Amino acid sequence: MSAYAKPLPKLDTLNRPFWELARDHKLAVQACADCGDRHFPPTPVCPGCLSKNQGWEVVSGRGTLLSWVTFHRAYWGGFAGDLPYDVCLVELDEGPVLVSNLVGAAEGGFQVGDRVEVIFERATDEITLPKFVLAR
Amino acid sequence: MADFRALKDKIAIVGVGNTRYGNFPETDDYGLGADAFRAALDDCGLAKDKIDGLLVCRIPYYARMGEILGISPRWTIPLPPHGRMSSMGIIEAMAALEAGLCDYAALIYANIGRSRRVNYGGDESPNVWDPWGYTSPGAAHAMMFRRHMALYGTTTRQLAEVSVAFRRHACLNPDAVMKQPFTIDDHENARPIVLPLRLLDYCLINDGAVCIIMTTKERARDLRKAPVQISGIGAREAFGNASLSNYEKDFWYPQLQEIAADAYGMAGVGPGDVDALMCYDNFSPTVLFSLEGLGFCPRGESGRFVEGGTLQVGGKLPTNTDGGHLSNSYMQGWALNVEAVRQLRGECGARQVPDCEVVQFVAATPCSRSIIYTRG
Repeated sequence: MSAYAKPLPKLDTLNRPFWELARDHKLAVQACADCGDRHFPPTPVCPGCLSKNQGWEVVSGRGTLLSWVTFHRAYWGGFAGDLPYDVCLVELDEGPVLVSNLVGAAEGGFQVGDRVEVIFERATDEITLPKFVLAR
Repeated sequence: MADFRALKDKIAIVGVGNTRYGNFPETDDYGLGADAFRAALDDCGLAKDKIDGLLVCRIPYYARMGEILGISPRWTIPLPPHGRMSSMGIIEAMAALEAGLCDYAALIYANIGRSRRVNYGGDESPNVWDPWGYTSPGAAHAMMFRRHMALYGTTTRQLAEVSVAFRRHACLNPDAVMKQPFTIDDHENARPIVLPLRLLDYCLINDGAVCIIMTTKERARDLRKAPVQISGIGAREAFGNASLSNYEKDFWYPQLQEIAADAYGMAGVGPGDVDALMCYDNFSPTVLFSLEGLGFCPRGESGRFVEGGTLQVGGKLPTNTDGGHLSNSYMQGWALNVEAVRQLRGECGARQVPDCEVVQFVAATPCSRSIIYTRG
């Protein structure tokens, strides 16, 4: 099997829990223990109340398709073989908006407002990417 | 308490200059910036030792710029190389001039992205979403336009009207990079980059520089040309989605509405008084979002509004009469402010808007700004 050629996240103290949970097939967002604000990507203080008392909350993995685009240009060599590929924008039922990929849907087979749910695709031993499919 | 509206008609642009636009590997940002500075000084007839304020944007080191120009001002601001900086910088210079922090400010912008092969995506601009292949500002605008299509029924043929109008203007502008006219069908068949956006929806990437010289309206009277005064300004940030490569789910509508109220209220004019619009056009959809936000048309109706050549010289709302970023030059807003000045001076030749008295600049970005210029 060839080496994974696409960009990988750089893990740090802030984002490590997200990727560890994703490896266990759990989608999580950062949540403030003081005011309940949920957000992603993670922040060093809560954007709502500036508290540092934050944790991670596993979410339903369900959401709504806000928009999507189709890349016909590879900004990284690792994506050249995937062209054209779709990138979607999902508003989770819990609030935060994520960028991801829409998997297994035929061109023209989905539209803005469709319900989607998370799946997980292994990239490397360390990294598993949350992606989305149309909700059953 | 101070009120920014007290700045109405107090500060003027007195000198403007630009380099040629293109691919200039033989020089650099400083060399281009110096050329634009010389042109702007010549435009207003000011001696360089009068310049006591320096604002630079996309210039690596402000002090080196000052060293090259042989000036040591008493007010200096460097701004990062982001597209949204032009009107932010002009408004900052306004405030500095009014406060007396400087008497004559030179604002210099240079870009060498073409000769140095900048492409605004991938490893050049690392982002949290890279693992999913989401990168480049164009992708965020494609994401917004897809949503606009879904919510309001806007079409890519309507979007093409923007690009077609600006290319027509570029064909009338001797300085412009792109001179080949195209049709709506050409736009529809252009190379896809990040669909729904295609090549002709994207700004150019070219080298060049722009300089703007500003002073108070009293001092402006002694200079070579009639001053162009700043009559209205508006400013609002939207940082809540900064991590999404500047995707904004509401197309900056709430911010632009507030900016419109501030700028029009300060200037005492409305959209119907605007003779020409200079609209930050990093990607063609931004123009549609700006038209709705400022109230040139109702929300969601920008696609229909631009049909039939509305934005062309001779149309209802001549917009980006120099060709904009899409077809004139990628000077990240700075050249559009220069074009506003030239339109009000009546210097625009074949692309001149007749009886041009009110010109508005707008940038719909995470730092949205608008400036209303009038004849001084």
